[in-house]
Amino acid sequence: MKMRAALLGAVAVMGLAPAAFAERGADGEVKLTFPQAVSIVNPYLSGGTKDILAAAMVLEPLAVVDPNGVLVPRLAVEIPTMENGGVSADMTSITWKLQPGLLWSDGTPVTADDAVFTWQYCTHPEGGCSQATKYEGVASVEAVDPSTIKVTFSAPKPNPYTAFVSGLSPILQKAQFEACIGAAAPTCTDANNMPIGTGPFKVVGFTVNDTVSMEANPNYRDPAKPAFATAVIKGGGDAEGSARAVMETGEFDYAWNTQIPPDSQAAMAAAGKGQFVVAFGTLVERIEMNMTDPSPELPEGERATVKHPHPILSDIKVRTALSKAIDRSILVEVGYGAGGKPTCNVIPGPEAWASDNTACLTQDLEGAKALLEEAGWTDSDGDGIRDKDGKKLSILYQTTVNPIRQDFQALIKDWWTEIGVEVELKAIDPGVFFGGDPGSPDTFQKFYADVEMYANNSDNPDPETYLGQYQCKNAPSPETQWQGENINRFCDPAYDALHAELTQTTDLAKRQEIAKKLNDMVTKDSMVVVPLVHRGTLSAHSNTLGGVQINAWDMETWNVADWFRVK
Amino acid sequence: MTDASSAPPKPASAAREIWQQFRTHKGALFGLIVLGFLILFVLIGPLFWDPPQRLSDTIRMKNQGPSWTSPFGTDQLGRDILLRMMLAGRVSLAVGLVAMVIAIVFGTLIGILAGYFRRLDGPLMRLTDMFLALPLIPLLLVMVMLFRDKIAGLIGPELGAFILIVFAIGITSWMATARIVRGEVLTLKEREYVLAARSIGARPNRIIRRHILPNVVSPVMVAATLGVAEAIITESVLSFLGLGFPPDFPTWGRLLFDGLQYMQVYPERVVWPGLAISLTVLSVNYIGDGLRDALDPRIRGR
Amino acid sequence: MLTFTLRRLLLAIPTLLVISLVIFLLVDLAPGSPMSEIPLTVPPEVRQKMIEALGADQPVFVRYLLWLRQFFWVEPAYLIDGWFGTTWSEGEQRILSWQSRSPVFTIIGQRIPQTLIVIGTAYLVGILIALPIGIYSAYRQYSLFDQGGTLFAMIGFSVPTFFSGTLFIIIFAVWLGWFPTKYDTQLVVNDWNSFLEQMRQMALPVMTLGLANAAAISRYMRSSMLDNMTMDYVRTARAKGMTERTVVLKHVLRNSLIPVVTVIALGIPSIFGGAIITENLFGVNGIGAALIGAIHASDLPMVQTLAFIFAVLIVLFNLIADILYGLLDPRIRYD
Repeated sequence: MKMRAALLGAVAVMGLAPAAFAERGADGEVKLTFPQAVSIVNPYLSGGTKDILAAAMVLEPLAVVDPNGVLVPRLAVEIPTMENGGVSADMTSITWKLQPGLLWSDGTPVTADDAVFTWQYCTHPEGGCSQATKYEGVASVEAVDPSTIKVTFSAPKPNPYTAFVSGLSPILQKAQFEACIGAAAPTCTDANNMPIGTGPFKVVGFTVNDTVSMEANPNYRDPAKPAFATAVIKGGGDAEGSARAVMETGEFDYAWNTQIPPDSQAAMAAAGKGQFVVAFGTLVERIEMNMTDPSPELPEGERATVKHPHPILSDIKVRTALSKAIDRSILVEVGYGAGGKPTCNVIPGPEAWASDNTACLTQDLEGAKALLEEAGWTDSDGDGIRDKDGKKLSILYQTTVNPIRQDFQALIKDWWTEIGVEVELKAIDPGVFFGGDPGSPDTFQKFYADVEMYANNSDNPDPETYLGQYQCKNAPSPETQWQGENINRFCDPAYDALHAELTQTTDLAKRQEIAKKLNDMVTKDSMVVVPLVHRGTLSAHSNTLGGVQINAWDMETWNVADWFRVK
Repeated sequence: MTDASSAPPKPASAAREIWQQFRTHKGALFGLIVLGFLILFVLIGPLFWDPPQRLSDTIRMKNQGPSWTSPFGTDQLGRDILLRMMLAGRVSLAVGLVAMVIAIVFGTLIGILAGYFRRLDGPLMRLTDMFLALPLIPLLLVMVMLFRDKIAGLIGPELGAFILIVFAIGITSWMATARIVRGEVLTLKEREYVLAARSIGARPNRIIRRHILPNVVSPVMVAATLGVAEAIITESVLSFLGLGFPPDFPTWGRLLFDGLQYMQVYPERVVWPGLAISLTVLSVNYIGDGLRDALDPRIRGR
Repeated sequence: MLTFTLRRLLLAIPTLLVISLVIFLLVDLAPGSPMSEIPLTVPPEVRQKMIEALGADQPVFVRYLLWLRQFFWVEPAYLIDGWFGTTWSEGEQRILSWQSRSPVFTIIGQRIPQTLIVIGTAYLVGILIALPIGIYSAYRQYSLFDQGGTLFAMIGFSVPTFFSGTLFIIIFAVWLGWFPTKYDTQLVVNDWNSFLEQMRQMALPVMTLGLANAAAISRYMRSSMLDNMTMDYVRTARAKGMTERTVVLKHVLRNSLIPVVTVIALGIPSIFGGAIITENLFGVNGIGAALIGAIHASDLPMVQTLAFIFAVLIVLFNLIADILYGLLDPRIRYD
């Protein structure tokens, strides 16, 4: 009798077992398309978001940031805080505990040594690690025991959630990458393109700048996930093509970065096969005002440096007038549609960090003209262009080659012409503009123009590093080979002092208050940065793909393990 | 016995004969008419058609379809597309013609020199190879980087950009013409009349001018007509890369690229510039075809 | 002919070396940097370290000599190792792309199949369409067929490929749904169904490019045939009583093919680098797309290697075209 029960029990369990595992891989293949193809699946050597999106499906960090900006543990058991003792009282160390029983996709166990190795890999002086900022200020990483990682900082860090947090700094397998550290990093092609990870998928095929083929990770810690057995990422083409492939022809399930004009968005959505999703992070399209004189008559080496303040834009009235003349809602309507919002802030989000700054949202042409008159710029010779002391109010306005940006240029030129400013437009190849080549006159750091327009963002909901860009010492100049992030050469000792205070402040509410003040100092108080549009990342997914939660604070593929086919 | 009243027919001038032959080629006439219309369209059209151009006025009328006030509709900033087509056409046609002329002149020169003078053949053909092998885009990037500001300083940004682009297209498209001409010259060099001319002591200069040049006209025509098309298309690719004219300077190629992202919703924004480019090239090709027939003495009068 | 060939081949070597140096300097001089696609959130110090790790900050001539060595010694050694199991290239660094850190020749190897299959087929299809059209158009000059053929050719190269390609996509892939919009490079043809699938995904790019190719070649064919149809030997042949078919297809055609063959031979290198727009439009990730992508990202090793290979092909096919011309046309003398 016992035997029979045992046998029945065994049969019952065997019958149930396939049912428990039936969910993983049951939904077949999920197909993603990117306008730019994946070049490498190692985020530490990667050249852009596209690569990290693919890596986020394979490699995992200790914790990720969810769409609300909140930390969620991944390989860690819980988020360490001061309350639970994970973060030391003097804020110089943070201790993470790994979940028990974690396995790499090749079956070997995950240990704290892998984390220590990852830190060494990214901080190696010859490694050229592109995510080195994630490990900035880290004095050491030690494996207290096989499942405990202790990160020690060289100075107290109010925000210790940098190393091993977010898709930008996942844990690599020491055994796989051991021989690839330092100068040898780029030579390990197999490891770089098919890294062994703990994520829901593992790479089984890779063609450079073309296709990444993945299969469900058999050692993934949740046996019921991922719902898809295979995944494919195909790259290439343009945003329209990618959007079309999801929204109209249904060949793909997910298209990343489908920035297409608002009318096309509406037309494609009307086809009914898919939907657009937007996530708003901190990406702000803005006009930077050059506080220095870029005139070609100045000698090379002094042009566009702090030696010569800008003859026209040094006057805050002029800058304010230029900002007042712009109608941001029309800009959004023309260029971004649902994918953008007008903004006056350099830090537009998360909500707790955004300043209440909305004065610039209304266009005021008369007010702008009055300000210019007040500043002494009058049209003394009746040619429609204002002048002062024999000098014309003439602006060279540059940006990259991009249809939306060219439309913005046309509109803004029109508004500025109406208030009496002469505008010359210039559009530069993005490879040159963002290339940082010290020999080229067209880089955005050299700023050989009066105003320039582009977009920038913070990779962390906490904008301390991002706001630090505007310190006096970060101005690009010949001495720094024209590298530097303080593009407009803004210099205010009060700003530098306030930012220094931010780096020492631990109280979250106080930090937010300081950040708002810093934001105001570069926007509404000084008008050196004129924000235009708060841009979201616009992606498209098929209506048959469920579980997608687009995330502006981490990788969009952050929860690919939860995606499933809608039946 | 001669009949004094019927005088022998006046010998027709060569030009008149060519024109007579040209007229019989229907396609060439069609091409001439269409090209003439397009040139008139772009040159004097804007004098008659004058819709509002201030963006602050037009922006309220954005993305409208064809109507009486706006036969081609308006674009995403409310600008009238018909007017933009006219203004853009000026630049495109100018670029196409001038760049082609530069390429043809340069290519024919090199081709004849290489074909006729054996000692020059080797080095000139290697030079051709080198130009063919150069990646176009870095070459253009370098040229623009080196010369844009200097030229703009001299003659203003628009004219500067025009000269630069026309020159850039010209010096990167002469190679095909050079090869074709060289091939023809190699063949012609062995013809009896050339040998005869050489044997009576005619200098190379004269032989080239009187015997070789008229006979290479035919393949050069074909190359020239292809050259115009290539020049207009290359210009649009350049605009796409930001190496073209300043952003507020439309060309047909630029309009076409701008229209691509709206292709599904407003297909006419791609169709009009595409059609304009195609018609221009088509008519130039037909004209070239007719000229080729008319200039060929063996066909004339058939 | 033999001495001519040998002399050209010998001349080709210094020519190619000079070309490679010019390309290298040109690409180096061109503004732009491999850091242009790195997000702005990466600070300047990190970028500097990345540039150093790539070896991009070394002086131009050092990099050039290194590249020469890698191209002419390390890569062939690697190939021989693969074939014969030797270890000549042990420990040597191959030419690595700055964008993807993958060896450039691996990338080329991954992309050659698509390029050859799609662009090569389009070229072939273009030729096969063009020749009969050109021949018959010339034979029946000014007839309805000729007018139609001319119109076809005119439209073929008046309409730029980015326009025609997009039109085809909208009509055939989106409205009618007959063909896919994206090319699947991973499709393996091992049975009838996958073969059909391959044909389907090739249809649109081949149509787009094939039409453009056919147009140009048919014009050359027609022009060449017209030149020859009026020759004396044609009149002789007809007088001798030969059938029209023999006269046209055996005598005139052979002579007319000479310039056309050279044009075709000259066009072959363009298969590898020229169909950039089509490759981009249809997602046929081939060599042309790789070159353009590398130029945009200022990926010097990749641009240099691809441009040089392209140059070699051009020089080679120029030589082949010249030899063919000399072989086929007895009136041409080279020596």
